[in-house]
Amino acid sequence: MDLVINIFIALFVVAILIPFIRLVKGPTVFDRLLSIGAIGGKTIALVLLIGLQYDRVGMFIDIAIAYAVLNFISGIVVAEYFRMRRENQ
Amino acid sequence: MILLEDIIGSLLIFIGLFFMIVGSFGLLLLPDFFARTHAASKVDTVGIVVALIGISFLGQGWFEADKALLAAFLIMLTNPVSAHALAKAAYRAGHKPWTKDNPERASESKMKRAD
Repeated sequence: MDLVINIFIALFVVAILIPFIRLVKGPTVFDRLLSIGAIGGKTIALVLLIGLQYDRVGMFIDIAIAYAVLNFISGIVVAEYFRMRRENQ
Repeated sequence: MILLEDIIGSLLIFIGLFFMIVGSFGLLLLPDFFARTHAASKVDTVGIVVALIGISFLGQGWFEADKALLAAFLIMLTNPVSAHALAKAAYRAGHKPWTKDNPERASESKMKRAD
């Protein structure tokens, strides 16, 4: 079972590394923000797989929930920042 | 000894991983920001939720499974809302969507600097 989870962790790292290309060469700011959100969403599942590997899912899942809330707050705050900046000028 | 719940959990994690890789390639290959929003909001949400349900099968007991399902529910609520807010901010900032009639707009529709 440990081998299967290790293979899953490797494939998750591949799935996280693909949006980094969009993060580097994205034409606009919004592309970069979108890829940051995608990376954060996949990191939640990666953290839980690492918790399975340590046999302490109950501790790692609190970190994952906090990470999900932080990801959501950061996306909302950045969108609101662009709206406020457009209204101020 | 191989348990049934290990097989079910591994299968669900693999399905979620497939959706996530498809969403990553969509984020890389689609032509416009608004098209990439589909790949980042819908496909990734399905992948993460299915993977978290699979992880809830692999935990130690009911408590960890319940917390994993709570995290899945939270992501199912928040991830499309975040992508939608970002797309709305981009649309209000003067970012024109890509259409099939003039596909060169995808390259020229850079957001004009506000300051």
